Amino acid sequence: MKNPRKLLKIATAGSVDDGKSTLIGRLLYETESLPSDRLDAIRATSKRLGFDYLDFSLATDGLTAEREQGITIDVAHIYFNTPRTNFIIADTPGHFEYTRNMVTGASTSEVAIVLIDARKGVTEQTRRHLHIAALLRLRHVVVAVNKMDLIGYDRERFADVSAEAMALCASAGIDDRQVSVVPLSAREGDNVTVASDAMPWYTGAPLLATLERLAAEEHVHSAPFRFSVQTVIRPKTDAFHDFRGFAGMVQGSAVSVGDEVVVLPSGMRSRVKAIHVFDRHYASAGPGSSVVLELEDEVNLSRGELLVRAGEEPEAHAVLEARVCHMNRKALSVGSRFLLQQGSQRVLARVDAVLDRVADDFSGSVEATALELNAIGRVRLKLAKPLYTDRYDDHKANGAFILIDEQTNDTATVGVVV
Amino acid sequence: MNERYTPNPKEAEAIHILREVAAQFERPVLLFSGGKDSITLVHLARKAFYPARVPFPLLHIDTGHNFPETIAFRDALAEKYRLDLIVRKVQDSIDAGKVTEEKGRYASRNYLQTTTLLDAIEEFKFDACIGGARRDEEKARAKERVFSVRDAFGQWDEKNQRPELFNLLNGRIEPGQNVRAFPISNWTELDVWEYIRSESIDIPSLYFAHQREVFFRDGLVWTANEHVYREPDEAVETHWVRFRTVGDMTCTAAVLSEATDLDAVIGEIASSTLSERGARIDDKRSDAAMENRKKVGYF
Repeated sequence: MKNPRKLLKIATAGSVDDGKSTLIGRLLYETESLPSDRLDAIRATSKRLGFDYLDFSLATDGLTAEREQGITIDVAHIYFNTPRTNFIIADTPGHFEYTRNMVTGASTSEVAIVLIDARKGVTEQTRRHLHIAALLRLRHVVVAVNKMDLIGYDRERFADVSAEAMALCASAGIDDRQVSVVPLSAREGDNVTVASDAMPWYTGAPLLATLERLAAEEHVHSAPFRFSVQTVIRPKTDAFHDFRGFAGMVQGSAVSVGDEVVVLPSGMRSRVKAIHVFDRHYASAGPGSSVVLELEDEVNLSRGELLVRAGEEPEAHAVLEARVCHMNRKALSVGSRFLLQQGSQRVLARVDAVLDRVADDFSGSVEATALELNAIGRVRLKLAKPLYTDRYDDHKANGAFILIDEQTNDTATVGVVV
Repeated sequence: MNERYTPNPKEAEAIHILREVAAQFERPVLLFSGGKDSITLVHLARKAFYPARVPFPLLHIDTGHNFPETIAFRDALAEKYRLDLIVRKVQDSIDAGKVTEEKGRYASRNYLQTTTLLDAIEEFKFDACIGGARRDEEKARAKERVFSVRDAFGQWDEKNQRPELFNLLNGRIEPGQNVRAFPISNWTELDVWEYIRSESIDIPSLYFAHQREVFFRDGLVWTANEHVYREPDEAVETHWVRFRTVGDMTCTAAVLSEATDLDAVIGEIASSTLSERGARIDDKRSDAAMENRKKVGYF
């Protein structure tokens, strides 16, 4: 089908103080994404609060209301469009106690916007956000140096903050080429969607144009083809009497008719006979496609099994070493038992060792025997059955998993294979 | 045939979710309201399992105050695509004395349908209910999960939701619990309309401009007929209108419009300055209206 716009998923994190809500509100306003009834409400409330400007932080009022009421804040999803791009923002609070929410928001995002207050420079919070962006391998980080109006649009100060931020990115393992730094003022609207007259010395693109460029970038898919079978399609109708198709999402790189494939764990081999999307078929399908694959041979293949291209098989692992973020009040410790879900399969897993934990100020690793709520650390897991995983850095879809508490059914932990 | 398929990411995600529902649950059901979002869901479900039939039934909770066009459309859709259709009526819940009809100026059966829905879930032991809710509709929905666990009373505990990471969906539940699943969570109103156009999905004529007897109240355009309470001084006039959302007649306001085809409707929506649920009378009751209804088991 026709898909006129690119899609970009963005993670933002930060507190009200950074002007994050104001920045998002400003983006919504200047892309004409705020309906008139909500804009009227913002005007009325701004006036009531005695402001002589429009308080765009009110545009994300769901979050503000939550904060006032002291309700748990997790991830709020915000949507807006430009003629060329669909944007989804997964917005989370930036404080330490919301680390798990930041990880959640980042897990479905490609790009992070990290806000820095130009007056304060980088903070512990900046370090935390960059660490999470690095952990989940987001493909780009946009450092938004906000409140430039409050430092008189000072070029020198921006250069200092920018250098600090770049140094922090480097220490988190984020390459220079994956970082853009934009000086802006969300309140005044400088360099948000329109280039600022107040900062003629800045020659880069405003924030929105930077994001649109990232959305349009062609991704290079060097990861191998992986296909986790969700369900088997057997119509058993007269028209499709012998049809047996395997439904799932193409991950990593494209699959083509004629590809030689291996079923894991059985090791059986076959070739791709047809690629179906609804009532049409295609010669190949790109990553991210939800398709039905037909194979040339009658192979046994059911939910939870993995289809890969011959010669690109991942290794089987009965023991996994992973970086995890713990998301449950019940701590994770040696001996904890979970159901590990990876792709469409689940296996029993037991924590064999807690190897270390990221220090609360994200300055490095410390020794640990357990991981409490919001802790990020390395663990070793023993699996009841070997899994054909990749390292997350090599293959996002085949290297990420969740741990489910068998008693409560809670999603207790998220992990990436190292 | 020599073509390379490039996915629409939001469609691919919705199909992935529908397949997870079918695989992780024993007795899923698709909650069908007759509105464009649930019609889009039916289309996505057909795509997800083709050439097999949609592996779950449709459940329509009929308030008895639906537009006749909605009912006719529903029956034709089920017939055309050989879908199993279950209908349960709010009138039966009223007759059984389980709920009491509201009276007066804003009387609506919209709230009563929660009881009928929960009874149907219990009757059929449904463990997953697929709905067409979208996060952009309303602020209480912005923090809704794709798989949202409900207890036996249909209650939503928003403070204790499971985190959802990557595209890994955890549908494990206790007996008596069920999951509300929202495949088009990440779609906007415009996404739905553009998808309807690009996929040539049929939708009821109510969505296009037509002449209708209406009256004006609280700045909204109300349908004038026997199900909708009207004050003697609220004059009935005939106008060109269309509906932006289609629900129970008592809580769905029309908008003045001359958009008689999809391009015109999409043009109006893209430039519209009123939010979609601005025309939902049920949301106007209070700012927290949606959140309160969700907690007690509304979709």
